[in-house]
Amino acid sequence: MLRPALRRAGGRVNTTLRPCRSYASHPPKARLNVPTDYSSTPLLYHSAKSALANTELPKEARNGTTNRINLFQAVNAALAHALRSDQRVLLFGEDVAFGGVFRCSMGLATEFGESRVFNTPLSEQGLVGFAIGAAMEGMRPIAEVQFADYVFPAFDQIVNEAAKCRYRAGHTGETMSCGGMVIRMPTGGVGHGGLYHTQSPESLFTHVPGVRVVIPRSPLQAKGLLLAAIASNDPVIFMEPKILYRAAVEHVPAEPYTLPLSRSEILKQGSDVTIISYGTPLYNCQTAIEAAEKNFKCSIELIDLRTVFPWDRRTIMESVRKTGRCMVVHESMVNAGIGAEVAATIQEHCFLRLEAPVLRVAGWTTHAGLAYEKFNIPDATRIYDSIRNLLNY
Amino acid sequence: MASGRALRALERITIGPATRSQCSPNLYSRCQKRWSTVSQRQGSDRVHFPGAVNSKFTTSLVFSKTTEEDAMPTYRILDQEGIVVDKNAEAPNISEGELLKMYTDMVAVSIMDIIMFDAQRQGRISFYMVSAGEEGIAVGSASSLSHNDPVFAQYREHGVFQWRGYKPADFMAQLFATKDDPGKGRNMPVHYGSRKHNVHSISSPLATQIPQASGAAYAVKLQNQQNPTDEQRVVACYFGEGAASEGDFHAALNIAATRACPVLFICRNNGYAISTPTLEQYRGDGIASRGVGYGIDTIRVDGNDILAVREVTRQARQRALSDPNRPILIEAMSYRVSHHSTSDDSFAYRQKVEVEDWKRRDNPITRLRKYMENQGIWNEAKEKDLRSEARKSILEAYRKAEKEKHPPLAAMMEDVYEELTEEQVDQMRRMRGVIERYPDEYDVSGYEGGLDGLIRREK
Repeated sequence: MLRPALRRAGGRVNTTLRPCRSYASHPPKARLNVPTDYSSTPLLYHSAKSALANTELPKEARNGTTNRINLFQAVNAALAHALRSDQRVLLFGEDVAFGGVFRCSMGLATEFGESRVFNTPLSEQGLVGFAIGAAMEGMRPIAEVQFADYVFPAFDQIVNEAAKCRYRAGHTGETMSCGGMVIRMPTGGVGHGGLYHTQSPESLFTHVPGVRVVIPRSPLQAKGLLLAAIASNDPVIFMEPKILYRAAVEHVPAEPYTLPLSRSEILKQGSDVTIISYGTPLYNCQTAIEAAEKNFKCSIELIDLRTVFPWDRRTIMESVRKTGRCMVVHESMVNAGIGAEVAATIQEHCFLRLEAPVLRVAGWTTHAGLAYEKFNIPDATRIYDSIRNLLNY
Repeated sequence: MASGRALRALERITIGPATRSQCSPNLYSRCQKRWSTVSQRQGSDRVHFPGAVNSKFTTSLVFSKTTEEDAMPTYRILDQEGIVVDKNAEAPNISEGELLKMYTDMVAVSIMDIIMFDAQRQGRISFYMVSAGEEGIAVGSASSLSHNDPVFAQYREHGVFQWRGYKPADFMAQLFATKDDPGKGRNMPVHYGSRKHNVHSISSPLATQIPQASGAAYAVKLQNQQNPTDEQRVVACYFGEGAASEGDFHAALNIAATRACPVLFICRNNGYAISTPTLEQYRGDGIASRGVGYGIDTIRVDGNDILAVREVTRQARQRALSDPNRPILIEAMSYRVSHHSTSDDSFAYRQKVEVEDWKRRDNPITRLRKYMENQGIWNEAKEKDLRSEARKSILEAYRKAEKEKHPPLAAMMEDVYEELTEEQVDQMRRMRGVIERYPDEYDVSGYEGGLDGLIRREK
C-alpha cells in the first residue's frame, strides 16, 4: 500500500515549494468557504483559564495547569500517561516505534521500552488480531492502523471477533473479552489524500454491536476521550481527524483525565436550529453558524456527538424537541452514514416537534477523488445553505 | 522528522524532568543502528542488503523448487500395529496412568461423537461436528500442555476439552444451549469455551484465532517475564490445513516470529476442507514447509500416533520457552474420517471405500489400543467396560441437558457491551411489549424465568 507522509497537513507547507496552482487556497471573494482560523475559533480553548473551567474535567485536572498543544501531542500525552500508569498497556502498529508517521507515538518507545511500544509487520488483520489476543489474556493493547482507509483488511477481526468476544464468552466474558483494547486510526480529509488517505469509515463500525466508536474534535477531547477509551472494558475504535493533528491547538490540562464516552457535548446553546456533528466538520459548522446567525437573525445550537456509537440519544432529542429543526453534518457519504441513524431516531422520537425535515449535510455518493475534495466534504456554504432551507421551510 | 521545536514541546508533555536528559539524544537510535550495521562490504562473498543480511552470492542461475522427494519427514514412534518402530530407542517415557487417560479420553470423545451425530440427525440439536480420526492430535498435544496454557481452538478439538476436564454435562450444556452453558446459549453447537479450562471460546470464522493466539502469547510472555518464579506458560493454537490458506494464518505466523511469541501453532492436516482436497488447497509441501519461510522451527508428525504427537508437543513447548522465546509450527497429519459436519455428506466428493480403508487400516484409537495390548495393560474386557461406561455417562448427561431450560431471555442483549446501553434497555421493553400483546405467537417457556427473564438485571 502507498503511504505518503501527510505530515504537512494543516499548514507548515514549505512556501518555496508551493506550486503556482495553489490547490489549497479558497476563491478570492469567498466569505463562507474560507479556511478555518484555528487560533480564534470558539471551539478550542485559547486560554488556560477557559480550559480549566470545563466542568466535565475532574477536580485534580481543573486545579492543575495546562499545556498549549496540538492534537497529535494530546494523543501522545494520553498514550504516555496510559503506558506510565498501567503495565498492561501496550502500543503497537506499523511504524509506531520511531514516533509514528503522524508523530503520535514520539518518544514512547524510548521511555517505555521496545517490549511495550513496537512495530508490527505490515498487516492490519494481523496486528488487530494480535491486539485482540493480547487483550483476551489481560493486556490493554492500543493498536494503531496507519490510516482509517487501511482498516478494511482487519474488518473481519473487528466485526466478527473483537465486537463479539464478550458476548460469545458469556459468563466468562469478563475475563475472556477483549475489553481494554483500542484501535486508533487517523481519519478524514486533509485536502489532498485522494481515495485512500481521506476516508471516514465510522458508520461501517456503528452497524456493529459490541464496539464503541469515538471521534474527538480537539486536543483536549483527544486526551480525555482516548484515556476513557483505554479505560473502557469495551473495545473502542478511536478515529483521529488527521487534518487536526497539527492544526488544532489549544490549552489542555496537564493532569490525566477522562471524558465520558457515549455523551455528547453542547458546544453552543441555541433555540431555532440544532446542528449535530463530530470531528472536523464542526469547525465548518461554526463558520456557517456565525454567518447564519448574523444574516438570518436566528439562534443555533451546536452539538458535538463525540461518541458516534453508542451515541447520546437523550441530549440530541432534548435539543431537537426544543428547536424543532435540525441537521446532521459529517464528511463520509450521506447514504447509511451516521446522519441516517440520527435522523431516523429523531423522527421516531421527536415527530410532533419537528417543523422541518431532518437534513443531512454529508459527503456525496462518490469516492474521495483527489481534485474534488473541496466539493465533496460538507463545507461552510453547504451548511449555511441548509440552515437557510431549514429556517424557510 | 519533526522540528526541534515540536520535539521540545513534546518532551514537556511526555517526559518528566528526571528522564528527559536520557531520552532526547537517542530518540532514533534503534533505527539508526540497523541502518549503519547493514552495509555491503567490499569483496564479500555474501550479500548484505538489509532484507537479506547473510546470503551467499552464486553465479549459477537456479530457481529454488520443492519436489516430493524433499518433503519434510513425518515423525512417528509407533507403527500401525502399535509397535515402537525404532528398536534402539528408549521406550516412550509415559506412565500407565497417563496412557490410560489418553486412551479413555479418545474413546469418550469418539463415543460422544457417534451419539451426538445421531442426536442431530433426529433433530435434537441443531448442528454437530465430529472429530473422528483426529482424537490423537487433540488429546496427544493437550497432554503435553499445562492446564494453564491458554488454548485457541478451531472446532475439531473436542479431545482438548476432554483432556482438560470437560465432563459430559459440560459438553451437553453447550450443545443444548442450556442455562449452564458458559456461552449463555449464544453459540452454535461445538463452539465450546471455558475460562476454568483456559480455552478461549471457539468462533466460526476460520483462522481468526491464529493472530489472536500470537497476541495472547505475547501477553503471556510479558507475564512470564514479570513473574519469573511462576509457571512459565505458552499458548497453543489449533487449525486445519484449509484455514491455513486464510490471510490470518500468514499474518499470525509472521507477527509471532517477529515478536518472538511462545506459541505452538498446531495444524491438523486431515486432507480435506469440507469438499476441497489438499491438491486444491496448496501446491507446496503441506503447511510445514511454510513455517521455515517465516523463520519458525517446524516439525511434521504422524497425527494418528498419539505418542508421537505427545512427544513433539512436549519438546515444542520447551523450545517455545527457551531463550529467546519463539513460535513453533507442528503439522499433524491425519485423515478426516467423518463428514465435515452434520450439514455435509462427504460421499458427494469422495469414495466411501477410501474412508472405510482409513477407518480400518489406521486410526489413533486402535493404534494406541494395540500398543497397550502389546504392553499387557489392556484387553477386550476392559475395552467393553470402558465403552459401555462412557456411553452411559454421556447419555445420562444428554437426557438431563435436553430437559434444561435456555438461559433467561435477557441474555440475548447482555454482554454486547459491559453495560446495557440505553437503546438496548428500550428495545427489551419494546420486545416485552410485543410478546405480551401476542402471547400465542411466542413460546417463552423454554427460557429460564419465562417472560420475567427479559428484564434488566443490575450487575
